[in-house]
Amino acid sequence: MSIALEHVSYVYSPGTAYEKQALKDVSFEIEQGQFVGIIGHTGSGKSTLIQHLNGLVKATSGKILYEGQNIYDAGYDMRKLRGQVGLVFQYPEYQLFEVDVLTDVCFGPKNQGLPQEECEKNAREALELVGFPEKYYRHSPFELSGGQKRRAAIAGVLAMKPKVLILDEPTAGLDPKGRDEILDQVQKLHRETGMTVILVSHSMEDVARYVERIIVMNHGEKMYDGTPREVFRHYRELEKVGLAAPQVTYVMHDLREKGFPVSPDATTIGEAADEIMKCFEYRTGESQ
Amino acid sequence: MGMIHAEELVYEYDKRDDEGNIIGTERAIDGVNIDVPQGSFVAILGHNGSGKSTLAKHMNAILIPSGGTMWVDGRDTKDPEELWNVRQTAGMVFQNPDNQIIGTVVEEDVGFGPENLGVPTDEIWKRVEDSLRAVGMLERRKDSPNKLSGGQKQRVAIAGVLAMEPKCLVLDEPTAMLDPNGRKEVIQAVQQLRKAKNVTVILITHYMEEVIDADQVFVMDGGHIVMHGTPREIFSRVDELKSYRMDVPQVTMLAEELRRRGLDLPGGILRREELVEALCRLR
Repeated sequence: MSIALEHVSYVYSPGTAYEKQALKDVSFEIEQGQFVGIIGHTGSGKSTLIQHLNGLVKATSGKILYEGQNIYDAGYDMRKLRGQVGLVFQYPEYQLFEVDVLTDVCFGPKNQGLPQEECEKNAREALELVGFPEKYYRHSPFELSGGQKRRAAIAGVLAMKPKVLILDEPTAGLDPKGRDEILDQVQKLHRETGMTVILVSHSMEDVARYVERIIVMNHGEKMYDGTPREVFRHYRELEKVGLAAPQVTYVMHDLREKGFPVSPDATTIGEAADEIMKCFEYRTGESQ
Repeated sequence: MGMIHAEELVYEYDKRDDEGNIIGTERAIDGVNIDVPQGSFVAILGHNGSGKSTLAKHMNAILIPSGGTMWVDGRDTKDPEELWNVRQTAGMVFQNPDNQIIGTVVEEDVGFGPENLGVPTDEIWKRVEDSLRAVGMLERRKDSPNKLSGGQKQRVAIAGVLAMEPKCLVLDEPTAMLDPNGRKEVIQAVQQLRKAKNVTVILITHYMEEVIDADQVFVMDGGHIVMHGTPREIFSRVDELKSYRMDVPQVTMLAEELRRRGLDLPGGILRREELVEALCRLR
């Protein structure tokens, strides 16, 4: 149960003046149940990459194996794949269109050919999973706040019961609390359902806080692939390609330069605080 | 009176049902007082729907107050005679660079504003060059905007506004759609502008790190100004900020966490260097 890419390359508009290689020989495997972050600067190939994962874009060369089967095989059921690998685009709320939230969320399962009753059951479960308040189920999606619209849109994908959920910058344009709420909800969903979650993000702090593995894309190639600690260790190289490490990682490096025996690997506030407190523990011990 | 000055500003709009009948009024801005001195850098924070963009739209008369008064460089925005002067004084940059660029070549896009104002051709070219240089995009002047990154497009959008020589630049979430590098480029370009041209800057943002260098910070909630002070004052009130759905820079949060765990650090630490220095002193 996994998604694997084997030597995937993708060329836009081949043979024209606009020819551009968007992906170059990308290979990796994501096991069922992982929480993976994909980072990279604008134009690094992140969005092209995720559109390959549910067959929206077909690789120019290479293979994509979903549960061991090549999705480019003749007769492969693409429709089923799209039901299992759910893709939430950037600003998904622009895709809301129905008269009320519940009907909108029912649209996916209805398209899958499920009976009305089951559609509504799945829709309700999906809305519950994203923490969408029941009192707004019958409201027009256009009357909702930015954060609620985003939840409704994510629920629209979840209602198709995917095994893999891909989110392309789900927090863009939200206020800080809204960002935390959406990501906390995604984390909860990941824990409760065991769904594979792939998060594309521009926030290094968010990625460090939530995911267990980071894939870094640069100019269409996979640059790094590892735990947040492993990846952010390369903060100087990341800066060169328009990325960065979380702020606290820089604090740790600065402290080491000043002679503090802290590990430079901390990527979250909690980890950084633990490391710094170790240097002061004898001190607080004395004062008590 | 400063460059931007609002007294008891109110903005109301009609709420309508599906048939377009008015079913009530909504108050997006409710009694706001604000003063932004010439040449200063002011940041406005607030959650989605707090009224900050509505306030910004009053600063170049896209919206006219329902109550109270907004003055831009001493001109009342309610006065129809002053409309074009107000718009020339305060230039706006919005969130999505793709919605703001119209030219097929970078320099053409930047020249569009002054051309519309009837500026003589020689002068337009001079302004285009100056503005592109000010945002660090001069070497891309002959390129198609399609080929630029988000941060570069946004800098071209800023240059387009600069070419109209506004005294005041109002930026409404200019970095919301950009990657970390793009955000850095835009904020650095704005900082340099302030130094080089003494332009008044009003920045609306959801990124706490971007407001550290502001002279004043206003926090909005429910159409009101609920907090006002220097970044240090604002960011030392962590719990209050969080109650308005805001956050503090990650470094400030780390310092808070260390304080909670018993380290004797000062409140309102904003920058990496400050935290490192404070920790060195403690050792």
